[in-house]
Parts: sequence; structure tokens; C-alpha cells
Amino acid sequence: MAIEKIFKDDASEEKGERARMASFVGAIAITDLVKTTLGPKGMDKILQSTGRGHGITVTNDGATILKSLHIDNPAAKVLIDISKVQDDEVGDGTTSVVVLAGELLREAEKLVAAKIHPMTIISGYRMAAECARNALLQRVVDNKENAEKFKSDLMKIAMTTLSSKILSQDKQHFAQLTVDAVMRLKGSTNLEAIQIIKKPGGSLKDSFLDEGFILDKKIGLGQPKRIENAKILVANTAMDTDKVKIYGARVRVDSMSKVAEIEGAEKEKMREKVQKIIAHGINCFVNRQLIYNFPEELFADAGILAIEHADFDGIERLALVTGGEIASTFDNPESVKLGHCKLIEEIMIGEDKLIHFSGVEMGQACTIVLRGASHHVLDEAERSLHDALCVLSQTVNDTRVLLGGGWPEMVMAKEVDELARKTPGKKSHAIEAFSRALVAIPTIISDNAGLDSADLVAQLRAAHHEGCNAGIDVITGSVGDMAELGISESFKVKQAVLLSATEAAEMILRVDEIITCAPRQREDRM
Amino acid sequence: MALAFDEYGRPFIILKEQDQKTRLRGIEAQKANIAAGKAVARILRTSLGPKGMDKILQSPDGDVTITNDGATILEQMDVDNQIAKLLVELSRSQDYEIGDGTTGVVVMAGALLEQAERLLECGIHPIRIAEGYEMASKIAVEHLVHISQKFDFGAANIEPLVQTCMTTLSSKIVNRCKRHLAEISVKAVIAVADLERKDVNLDMIKVEGKVGGKLEDTELIYGITVDKDMSHPQMPKQIEDAKIAILTCPFEPPKPKTKHKVEIDTVEKFQTLRLQEQKYFDDMVQKCKDVGATLVICQWGFDDEANHLLMNRNLPAVRWVGGVELELIAIATGGRIVPRFQELTPEKLGRAGMVREKSFGTTKDKMLYIEHCANSRAVTIFIRGGNKMMIEETKRSIHDALCVARNLIRNNAIVYGGGSAEISCSIAVEAAADKYPGVEQYAIRAFADALDSVPMALAENSGLQPIETLSAVKSQQIKDNNPHYGIDCNDVGTNDMRQQDVFETLIGKQQQILLATQVVKMILKIDDVISPSEY
Repeated sequence: MAIEKIFKDDASEEKGERARMASFVGAIAITDLVKTTLGPKGMDKILQSTGRGHGITVTNDGATILKSLHIDNPAAKVLIDISKVQDDEVGDGTTSVVVLAGELLREAEKLVAAKIHPMTIISGYRMAAECARNALLQRVVDNKENAEKFKSDLMKIAMTTLSSKILSQDKQHFAQLTVDAVMRLKGSTNLEAIQIIKKPGGSLKDSFLDEGFILDKKIGLGQPKRIENAKILVANTAMDTDKVKIYGARVRVDSMSKVAEIEGAEKEKMREKVQKIIAHGINCFVNRQLIYNFPEELFADAGILAIEHADFDGIERLALVTGGEIASTFDNPESVKLGHCKLIEEIMIGEDKLIHFSGVEMGQACTIVLRGASHHVLDEAERSLHDALCVLSQTVNDTRVLLGGGWPEMVMAKEVDELARKTPGKKSHAIEAFSRALVAIPTIISDNAGLDSADLVAQLRAAHHEGCNAGIDVITGSVGDMAELGISESFKVKQAVLLSATEAAEMILRVDEIITCAPRQREDRM
Repeated sequence: MALAFDEYGRPFIILKEQDQKTRLRGIEAQKANIAAGKAVARILRTSLGPKGMDKILQSPDGDVTITNDGATILEQMDVDNQIAKLLVELSRSQDYEIGDGTTGVVVMAGALLEQAERLLECGIHPIRIAEGYEMASKIAVEHLVHISQKFDFGAANIEPLVQTCMTTLSSKIVNRCKRHLAEISVKAVIAVADLERKDVNLDMIKVEGKVGGKLEDTELIYGITVDKDMSHPQMPKQIEDAKIAILTCPFEPPKPKTKHKVEIDTVEKFQTLRLQEQKYFDDMVQKCKDVGATLVICQWGFDDEANHLLMNRNLPAVRWVGGVELELIAIATGGRIVPRFQELTPEKLGRAGMVREKSFGTTKDKMLYIEHCANSRAVTIFIRGGNKMMIEETKRSIHDALCVARNLIRNNAIVYGGGSAEISCSIAVEAAADKYPGVEQYAIRAFADALDSVPMALAENSGLQPIETLSAVKSQQIKDNNPHYGIDCNDVGTNDMRQQDVFETLIGKQQQILLATQVVKMILKIDDVISPSEY
């Protein structure tokens, strides 16, 4: 008698060894894919979309690469997810987290082959992760008190983050840029306040940070091109035809003259609205929505600069920098807070005209203008800058800093090794494996730089036995003092990498069965 | 034969298109059913216990779930077999009734089926087996009451509850910080529990998750979190001693339900309508202000103008809050949900000590915390974790723990875990079997064997020698006459579950045995399976 089929057609079930193998293979394949992008000499990937136009992205950012992959392996999906979370949470280390998780699984595979139960491996990994975290905690440097030193820490972190990206040529320049931008935020992590404008043309070096605010809009015709001591009203209101909002209202007329009358009334209404706005005593009016020709003309007559269709973020930022409030009704001019700035003028970047607000009241927001040879370069530059900004803003909140260049991994590996020696039982194998997985990261960094990783890592390990600041100096291809070279990383990023990689590895290790439902039938859209 | 003849000798057709249907009858059918049931139980068997493994489930859309929870595994499996579906139902009803032990119940049912197969081969009639099982289950349940213990707890002494929740959580992926999560669950349940009536409304506990951070950052909030932000970016982000107006009417011009038209045919009408409209907005905001509200929470959207007016009058507001959340907010703050502006009165406002907006990570994620509410009977458990699947699994685990805590408040009797209760029942059932005359005796003995399968699976999953361990524990139980010996899954060194503090709820265990027996009885009674042919 045949064993009954329990599942639907096309649904499949993988059990025990096979399931474990499927998840190991998937996870390791993903790791190998992004591995080569790690470190300052990591290579980029070209991603071509399957959508219309086959758009191309060139990137070095782990999260971006993984996000664009079409993956069917469930274990690989877990890794992609942790990379995405890392991106949302701390912004950087998206490649490291995947590589570490992958290496942990690679080591676990060997242990499983040696007949050690996954649960034993997991408990070993947990102990090791805890120990590694403590090791890092002992070695962190916190320069919160010393503003001068802290700023140089930030500078170093920014340089380290940027050195693995396309911006590494001008990292000094960009590090300065990002640090300045983040310092302006004064501890807030709202990166929305930093606007990045991309303009093709020029070289990356020509990028600059603007203290004021730049709005990618043109000034209306016949309106002043330059305003000093501007009073700005930031608004979100309909300036096309002001609809009657009462439900079901509609106009019904029986003659042409009535149409004209109603039109007149509408115009009158708009004129009144404009008058009210002008009565605020402003000389610049920025609206989120469209401004039709008629009110625009009225504004021009009154000598007011009217900017239409600033997008929502633009409005919010503008309100933030100029200190005004976003208004939608205009009956009480005395209670509406107006924004102020010293100077509004039209400036040219490349071929484009932009509106520049300078001398703003509150310096929270700022604009970074990126210049570069092509759209691809600009996109990648923006991603790199975003990473750096994220890391810096997180570091401002959690000021603990570590050295970089494989130093933290070696410190952790050393402590974890110690722990392995002290732990009796099978767990000690797992703990040892954890330390091997940690060492894999400096190994990959030096491999990617074309260096002799076996030699370098051995030297590094020897140097760390004494407890020093040694790390891999990719530029000269030797072991160097990371403190002198000024290579730093944020503690928060490292901790997030360590914890989420362990968590993900643990999750995948616990699995002994994969049940796949029958895929939903889809029409072929290609 | 499915053919019958009428008085003229013509065949009746009882089953339409009979040759196109597959049909199993008699012992064949029973065996096929048992095989299917066993196959489902086999899948879950490895998930049992603290060292149980997880399953990856891939949905038809390619989404991945990683879980250890029996009910979730079965729910997400694409099951086609009817008997397998019965077991899925079984696990679900355990989930609804008790919330925990969803894996155990299926493993138990699988073992009962396996034993029944052997008896069938001996030629015992399935109904007799079913009856034997029924008697045995009664004995087992009574024995459970006998070995159960009551313990006292109060709002101040929550330790026993925490211990029980820890037992539940130890089989999940979150066992890294089970102590922390167990405490959170128990505190949450105690906060909403009605200790007088011994009832807990789990709807009052909201479980929210957000990716990022680490599991240890999971926290219990005495209040509500809403995944929304202030309607206007420049409204204050923090309000102390908030008086909250909870509205279900939009800040928009009225939309009467009856169909109507407002005709505009003269300029005057146009003007008046305009003024009317402005006044309308003004009135709405003024009314909220008049009753003394300092925060408006609304189920619907705001018009731009209304939004600015609110901002202008310094009245922070939140829009598009879901219905369930709105109710929770109303309960927590002691406010009333107001469907019309006209009905706003100061008494209907809710109160909260602190309302603040908190942002997460590097994206623009913001959440609204409403804390120190007038009525602290609604709480939120806010889960953080490394990835989405982790959060989902933690949510399920917390749900289990909450259910266990609730069951204990309803009925504070416990039995010891680690398979000790099953072993003890098995001994009792075995002893009782001899007293029954007739064929049922065999079925009762088989039931005792089936009870052993749970501790056996526990031992197997923990990497111990199953038969050796089980027989050792069993003899120890009989020798010392102590029902607290179980399987030492975590390698602690003692197998006295009282020392290890491994408890389970009495009703949970009882339900497991009763539900499993019921389903197995049902399956045994089937002797004919007619399924339409594949189309």
C-alpha cells in the first residue's frame, strides 16, 4: 500500500541532512557573491534590472546588491533580510554582516559533518558571541567629553567608511563634508534634513556642502531674482482653482452671463486669498502645490517671489531651515510664524538654475550637491554618502568607537579562542569555529586587496597576542598600527554586525526541514 | 460492491461515475488514514522540546517563515490529504483553546494512530480500540489531576508564573533571553488580568514588532504604541498630561449619507458656501479646543486647511489611526470614542501621562508612544530583533507564553514538564488496564505505550538514547513513587523536574490528551474513503 501523499502537487519537502545542506549551500553562495566587495580594495558589481530599459546600477553596497537579487533559497533570503535590516538600522556594515553570517555557517557545516549536533553548535556560538561582545566593550574608546577628539573620531570613521566606496579618491573631502553635515543635525538622526542634490557634470571633487538650502526649482517669470532679508511663507494650499469642499456641491447655470459671474467670483476668491497671503508681509511664498498663472501674476505684481510645486520633503526641510511653519489657512497673519533668511538668489550649477536660500535662521538642515561624470557615478556616490551619514549620525548618539582594519575581529577572535580553551565539552569546537569565522573577515579584506592573506593574518594574530592596535594596512600591504593610520569604526555598527549575524546563523542552523508550498501560478509577464 | 439492483434487476447507480473515483475500503482505508496521520506527526516530532529543530516554510509567494510552533507549521503547510487536514485542525483547536502544546498534541495523536495500527493487525475491531482509548484517556486525565499541584501567586509574587512561561519559551528560538521575555509576558498578563474573575482578555495586550536592535531590547510598555506620526511635521513631539480626544469623524466637510446636491447658480450662493466651509473647519477645531483636549487622535484624514488650523491653535493631532488601535487607546486612556464633533465633552476625553514620538534607525520610521495612561489595563509588548523572521517567530512565542500565563491565572494547577506527566500517566494507565475485562484492555495498554512516545521524542531530540533514558526514568518513578522525574533535556544533571523548575499547565496537558484521543477516534471510525479522480 502506497504511503499517502500529504502535500499538494508541486509542494516539496526537504528533510534532515538534505534540508540542512540546501540552506548551507544557499547561504554560502550568497556570501561568496558579496565577499569580493568587502574592504577598501573590494570590487564593484554591475546589476542589470529585468524591468523595462534594463537599467544598470554599479555598486559596492552590500544591501543594494542583495536587494536586487532574485533568490529562491529560503536560507539566502534570511541573509538578505539581515542585510536590509542592517541598512535600515545603522546604514553601514551591510556586507560584513552577510559575510560573517556566511562564514559562521561555513564553519558550522564542517562541525555538522563531524557529527556535532546543531543545538550544541548554537549554544557554543551564543557563548562566543557574548564573549566577543564583551571583548569589544572592554576595548572601546569613548570621546564623548572631548568635543575636539570626538570630531576627529567622526572624521576617521567617515574616512574608513568611504574608503571602500567609489568616493575613496576624495575621501578627505567627503569625510569633511559628511562630518560637517552631521554635526549640524545636533544629535538628531533625522537624515531627511540633509538634502542630496545630484547634478551630472564636473568631477566628484566639485561636490560641496551648502550651509543654506538649495531648492531645485526655477523662479517664476517677472519675479525678483534676488531678495535680501527675505520673509518666507511656507504653505501647503491649493493655488489652482480653490475647490468647494462641501460634498455634492456643483455649479449649475442657465446662461453665459452666469458663467462669467461665477468665474468672476472664483477669481475674486483667489485674489482675496492672494491678498491675504500678501498681507503676511512676506516677500517669498513657497507652495507645495501648483500655483496657476493667475495668482502667480498677482504675486509678481506685488513683488513677491512665488515658488510652486516644491515637493513634500522640500517643504518640510525648508520649514525646518527657515524656522517658518507650514501654513494652509491665511486668516490670522499675526499668529503664523514666518521663515527668515538673509538672501534668496538664483544660482547656476552646471546648466541648471536652482534657488539658493542662504543665511537661514536654524542651521539644522543643509544641502550636499554632488557632481560627477555620469548618473551611475552619482547614484553610487549618493549611496556611499548615505552610508557615511548614517554611520556618523548613529555614532553621534552612541559615541563609542573602535579601531578598524580587521582590528576588532582579531580582538574578538583572541578572546573567543581563550574561551574555547576554558570550555569543556563539544561546545568548545563551536566556539573555536566562531573565532575562525571572525578571522575570515581580515582574511577576505587582504585577499580582496591582492595580498598574501595567510601571511598577513598570521602576523596579525602574533601581534595581537600582545594586545596592540595592529590591523591590516591595505595600502602598504602590511600589518600596521590602526590608531596611527586613523582607521576607526563605530561600535554600534560592529555590535549590530556581530549580533545579527549570529542570530541569523542560529536561525538557519536550527532548521531541519524545508517545506515549500506550490508556487502560485502567475501569468508570464515577460 | 457498490451496485444494488431494483426489483426489475436493473442496477442502481449509487456513486456517480464510479470508475473515475478512487475508493479505499475497510482495513485498507484505515491503514491509509493512519499512514497519513503518522506522516504529519513525523514532521512535527523533531520540533518537540527545548532541543527541537525549526522548519523553514516557503509560502506560495516565496515568503519565508521559520518556526518551531506546531500550529504555524501545520497551518502553512500545503496539505492536501483529508486526514492530514484533520490533524491540522487538531493543532489549531489546541492553539485556540490553550495556545501552547500544539506540537505535543499532534505527536500524541500520531503515536495513538501508530499503536492502533498494530492492534488492527491483531484483528481488533476499530470501534473497540476507540472505546479503549476513550477509557484510557479518562484514566489519564484523572491521574493528571491527581499528580497536579496548585501554587499561589499574586501580583507581587510572579515567580511561579515566570517559571512556567520560561518552560514554554525554552523550546523556541528566543530561549537566549527567555527569562527576560517570560517576565515581560507575565507582567503584561498580570497588568490586564482580572484577578477577581480569574479572567484575562488577551486582546488588551498588543504585540508589536519592529526590525532592528537586538532581542534584549524587547520591552513592555504600559500603554499603547501606534505606528503613526503627528499629522503636521511641526507639531510638538512630546506632550505631557495629554487630554486626548478620540474621534471617528474626519476633519473634513460633512458628507451626508443621503444623496444630495448643492446647486450653485448665483454668485451669492457661491460666496455663502465658501464662508460656510471656512466656518465649518474653524468650528471643528474650536470644539476640540473648547473641551480642553491637548491631543486629537482621529480615525480619518484631515484636510490641509484643518491640519494647519490644528497646528495653528497648538493642538497636536494624529490621523489615520486604525479602528482596533483606536479602541485600545480608548480603553487605555479611559476616554470615549466620539463619532461627532457635537458630542465632544470634557468627560469623554482620555488621559495619558505622556505621549511622545520616537524614531528608529536611519529610515524615517516613527512611532507614537502613549504612556502612563489613566487606565493601565492595556499594555504593549514591543519586540525588536535582527530580522523579520525573527520578529515573527518571537511574536508567536510571546503569544504562547501569554496564553500559558493566562491559563495559569484561570486555573493555577500545574503538572511537571519534561515528559514527567506523560510517563506518570503511562504508568497509571498501564496499571489500570489489567482491571478491564475484554478486548479494550489491549487498547488501554496501547494508549499507555502511546503516552510514552512524547518523552521518547524529547529524549531523541535532545540527543539521548531514547529507550534507555525512558526506561530508566520510568523505573525511577515507580521506585520512588515520585511523578516528578522527567527527561533531562538540557543536560542539567538532575531529572527531577521540580528542581529544574519545568512546569506546564494542567489544563494544557488535559486538553492535549483529550483532543488527541478524540481525533484518533474519529479517524479510526472511517472505513471508506471516496475521492474524486484527479481532474
